[in-house]
Amino acid sequence: MEKRSFDTLIIGAGGGGLRAALQLSQAEARVAVVSKVFPTRSHTVAAQGGVNAALANVLPDNWHWHMFDTVKGSDYLGDQDAIEYMCRAAPRAVYELEHFGVPFSRLDTGKIYQRAFGGQSRDFGGDQAVRTCAAADRTGHAILHSLYQQNIRARTHFFDEYFAIELVHDDAGYFLGAVAMDISSGEPLLIEAKTTILATGGVGQLFRTNTNALVNTGDGMAMALRAGIPLQDMEFFQFHPTGVAGKGMLITEGARGEGGYLLNGDGERFMERYAPNAKDLASRDVVSRAIATEVREGRGVGANRDHVLLKLDHLGADIVKKRLPGIRDMVKTFLHIDPADTPIPVYPTAHYTMGGIPTNRHGQVVVPVQQGAEEPVPGLYAVGECACVSVHGANRLGGNSLLDILVFGRAAANHVIEHLKHQRYHQPIPADALAPALQRLARWNRQARGESIAGLRAQLTKIMEDHCGVFRNEEVLQEGRNAVMALRERLQDAGIEDHSQVFNTARIEAMELENLMDVALATVSSALARRESRGAHSRIDYPERDDQQWLKHSLFNLDPMKMDYKPVRMQPLTVESFPPKKRTY
Amino acid sequence: MSELARLRWKCRRGMLELDLLLGAFVEHGYQRLEPTQRSQFERLLDYPDTVLLEWLLGRIQPTEREIVQLVDKIRASAAT
Repeated sequence: MEKRSFDTLIIGAGGGGLRAALQLSQAEARVAVVSKVFPTRSHTVAAQGGVNAALANVLPDNWHWHMFDTVKGSDYLGDQDAIEYMCRAAPRAVYELEHFGVPFSRLDTGKIYQRAFGGQSRDFGGDQAVRTCAAADRTGHAILHSLYQQNIRARTHFFDEYFAIELVHDDAGYFLGAVAMDISSGEPLLIEAKTTILATGGVGQLFRTNTNALVNTGDGMAMALRAGIPLQDMEFFQFHPTGVAGKGMLITEGARGEGGYLLNGDGERFMERYAPNAKDLASRDVVSRAIATEVREGRGVGANRDHVLLKLDHLGADIVKKRLPGIRDMVKTFLHIDPADTPIPVYPTAHYTMGGIPTNRHGQVVVPVQQGAEEPVPGLYAVGECACVSVHGANRLGGNSLLDILVFGRAAANHVIEHLKHQRYHQPIPADALAPALQRLARWNRQARGESIAGLRAQLTKIMEDHCGVFRNEEVLQEGRNAVMALRERLQDAGIEDHSQVFNTARIEAMELENLMDVALATVSSALARRESRGAHSRIDYPERDDQQWLKHSLFNLDPMKMDYKPVRMQPLTVESFPPKKRTY
Repeated sequence: MSELARLRWKCRRGMLELDLLLGAFVEHGYQRLEPTQRSQFERLLDYPDTVLLEWLLGRIQPTEREIVQLVDKIRASAAT
């Protein structure tokens, strides 16, 4: 197998990976970035909202208030040291982006424009804060393109359209790089590195209805799992109540804010039963669960009774065209209907993965060691949505995900730079360290017959939607876990007919499904184990938050398969801890 | 075959909307294009995701007539 050597290998070219790469390249480290699609087609491009930073350009603000909101938003599951670090670092992260060429929208004063977002307050839970910096409605795109250009200038080495197959580590648990495959030729490549940073993003593709790009299959999370690293807090997945049914695209709360409402198969405005006062404007989890309940109880709409309707036509064509033009364009394009005339089929859609690979605030992957405290895994880092720092805890605030990738991409790189000063040579790679990657490749070159990958994937995402979506109780989750375990067995018997080498997308899709399968098991197992409701994890059989038993992080291990737990880091770096309180808005 | 496979991978984008529109078109519509239109499709795929989104959702019309025709074909083939 061909081998290339670098100081640092970064897997994933979204905002987190590119921010880390830039920091390292500017420090003259030799950096390789592996990306399965062209870097500017990473999912960061889809982030519209913005970046939270207490710049106080519009109203008074303070990083400490931002910290309070983030801790509260996390339903007290976020680690307060990491949250303090992130909120303090936020203004600098934004000014750096400005320096890299991100065209932030401006106020008349010339300062960076900031907008109000949900969950953000002044003075520790007081009036609405104005904290989110944006480049029109394409902040993610602007960040991704600026970082990519800067990386080209700093001579970061890109392996575009390479698919990472497996991490490489020695028997002592030191991570030494990865085996990746050149998608255009099918050739495997060993990328040797003194440090490896995982930045592969989230795993929205676990669920049939989701807002994520197809590339979001949790590749880094699954590689970490198979290398013996647990996944943390995977039961916490953010859903939006209204996605286009069967497709997933988000329809913003604004549609209901303008007066739109939901109807079931009987034509009933069912939210009146679930939330007599707030009705269709009840909180996201209440609306999501109500929709899922209507469908479960047979009151859905359509041939399969598997969705409900969002009615906007009563608002009049003028309002729909003027106030909701983006939704109208999207619905017209995909459904060939005009929401000004016809209600939109909707279902809750999976959006953001709060859980992931456990790290500390330096981006170092950390694992528990026997009964003692957790320790960093030598040579391995993770940043962004694939990681769990944990700054989002049980629920993420809007505007904090772009901030997360920028702050921790940079922090991980700085830690790596220090590390590289002390490690001048590559560690030897034992001959058998490549075996898992080679076996994985060979497996899909061998078997031609068997169940179809697309069919198994459709079954997996349906199981996850029905059994690990917004409607969760012991019975539903247990059935879901059994079903995922059975499906994972059946994947052993799957085959692909195409054994060609050049752009063999069937083989990539098979390996992506393997990754999804492992992460699905982590997600449904963690959700089954956690018998409380906290943040995005809502159990109808355990409707309350239970700080006595459950103020702790979940850790799912693949081999041997088991749940483990570790305490939440309640102690910030310099300020006093925010103790758990009932979370009301 | 490998040519189509290469294009199929280029249709993997950063946004779900584009995955769905371009992915459906490359499977069902691309084969029916004339050779010149095929090379235009290839060129179309080199545009940034945000530009493609505006075009394919019908918010902005491209300036080149050939691209307009192609965008219309992709929009028309969007599966319901």
